[in-house]
Amino acid sequence: MTLALVLEQVLNGLQFGLMLFLMSAGLTLVFGVMGLINLAHGSLYMIGAFCCAAIAGVTGNFWLGLMAGIAAAAAAGALIEVLVIRRLYARDHLDQVLATFALILILSEGVRMIFGPRPLYLNVPDMLRGTVNLGIVDYSLYRLALIGFGLAVALGLWALITRTRLGIQIRAGESDREMIAALGVNIRWLYTVVFALGAALAGLAGALVGAIQSVQVGMGEPVLILAFVVIVIGGIGSIKGAMVGALLVGVIDTMGRFLLPRFFATFLDTSQAMGVGAALASMLIYLLMALVLIFRPKGLFPAHG
Amino acid sequence: MDRLRTEWLLNAVLAGALFAVPLWALMAGEPFIITLATRIAILAIAAVGLNIALGLGGMVSFGHALYFGLGGYVAGIAAHHAFHGTPVLGLPGTNQMLPIWAIAMVLSGALAGIVGALSLRTSGIFFIMITLAFAQMGFFFPLSWPAYGGEDGLPIFMRNQFPGLNTARPWDMFLIAYGVLLLTLGLFAMLRAARFGAALMAIRQNPDRAAAIGISPFGIKLVAFILSGMITGLAGAMMADLTRFVSPAMMAWTMSGELIVIIILGGVGRMFGPVAGAAILVGFEVFFGGLTEHWQFWLGLVLLAVVLFARGGLVGLIAGRARNV
Repeated sequence: MTLALVLEQVLNGLQFGLMLFLMSAGLTLVFGVMGLINLAHGSLYMIGAFCCAAIAGVTGNFWLGLMAGIAAAAAAGALIEVLVIRRLYARDHLDQVLATFALILILSEGVRMIFGPRPLYLNVPDMLRGTVNLGIVDYSLYRLALIGFGLAVALGLWALITRTRLGIQIRAGESDREMIAALGVNIRWLYTVVFALGAALAGLAGALVGAIQSVQVGMGEPVLILAFVVIVIGGIGSIKGAMVGALLVGVIDTMGRFLLPRFFATFLDTSQAMGVGAALASMLIYLLMALVLIFRPKGLFPAHG
Repeated sequence: MDRLRTEWLLNAVLAGALFAVPLWALMAGEPFIITLATRIAILAIAAVGLNIALGLGGMVSFGHALYFGLGGYVAGIAAHHAFHGTPVLGLPGTNQMLPIWAIAMVLSGALAGIVGALSLRTSGIFFIMITLAFAQMGFFFPLSWPAYGGEDGLPIFMRNQFPGLNTARPWDMFLIAYGVLLLTLGLFAMLRAARFGAALMAIRQNPDRAAAIGISPFGIKLVAFILSGMITGLAGAMMADLTRFVSPAMMAWTMSGELIVIIILGGVGRMFGPVAGAAILVGFEVFFGGLTEHWQFWLGLVLLAVVLFARGGLVGLIAGRARNV
């Protein structure tokens, strides 16, 4: 086990964490502003990936595909908000869970109807192919670009929320919905915009990750559940919490999968160590979540108070 | 009073139909329909378990597939070791349903105790996400553990046995499932009528007032959650025997979603809601699944319509709103 290998895994963890952040940021915004749990967030991730793969396949240009993926996810998000989600804000969480579960079924089958049952493949853009030398390790240029992308979007999101008029309205909506409506902000429009923004972030994540995984129906839900773990750890409604939680989950999960089998191999035989290590590694982030729940039931950065 | 009578009548019709249809299938020589009815009965048992937590206690657990799958793996692993004559944790395997059920219920209850104790520290949306996350953790465990089939699952070569019946025959298997279903429905009705159920419902409606009259919300909810997990675990063990196969898919988040859907389609907190819901879901799958491979699309639309426009499910539609909502 060399330092180069460890560094590579740390970078992989960061990259994974930043993509999780894109998912979690949208979820936590939607919860913070509208008080809604959206299970169909993973479907928007899937829509972003599929549209990106389809357009990139037709035009041969990854960046056009990426734009299309983001636009499609944002449009789908806005449409869903207007048609369905809007009716759920006043309902209890059970109704929200069920309606958005129904949306998963509809969107997953819908995508299968349009794109067929086979997974699509999305190629890494030419200019980001290959590896880059980081001193002690050659690292995938595309994954490094994902880290840069993730950081840039996080910075943009931070600027949007702290420096713009829309950001003021979002923050005001988080602390008192009725009051900002009374002050003359068009709350319905704000809700649609926030939902579409969250959808666009999910679509962006789906399209970016689609190039290193296969683009298939059902790809969104495992990521969605990880994003839930991130939000529970970070504190629901908190963007900062989502960032810290996402990086923790990304790095711990990646390092666990890398280190635990090697650790068990020091005193078990190899095949057994691989099994035990892999099983434990897959549980690691949930154990982290349990620990956070025991000591900080509202998460590391509770949004309100 | 009338509505109450309508609900009892509806319950009797549901219980009667679930018995009469497979009985007819037995006469007509249609084993497929008997197995379908058995599946409905077992899914209904699992949903009765969830109905204790969700319907009576208002705890929206999106992770009950965890107990369903655990029960399934207990049946699968016990049968696996009995078949190969190897010990498991120093004990011999078994191919008898009754001890398997007992183990499945004890383990599911213990796991529900741990998950419940952690998740009940929070409420609302947090509770939903945490139960979902813990179930996902459970899902990855058998997936990455190669000893019992890993991703491929574990077949049960011969159905486990029940004293006095031949479980290989569809009708006998149905009788077992139907009997257990009636027992769990009876338990649900008893719980609801007992002081415990009253306390649980009081907590659901207003935890602060319940606490003010001396009911400890945490303890009561935890006990209800454990009971709920035990019954769903029992259903999992039976489902593994019915399909003679257990795989991580039994623990997948979609299974948790299906259990909630069953309760919603039938009617939340209603005694026979799970039976009606399971019948609707399985019926929908068989009927529309035969027409189009995209039946889940239509299921999604129906479910969306039920949530947005027809709250109360089938039992609520026929027998009116529940008294205690």
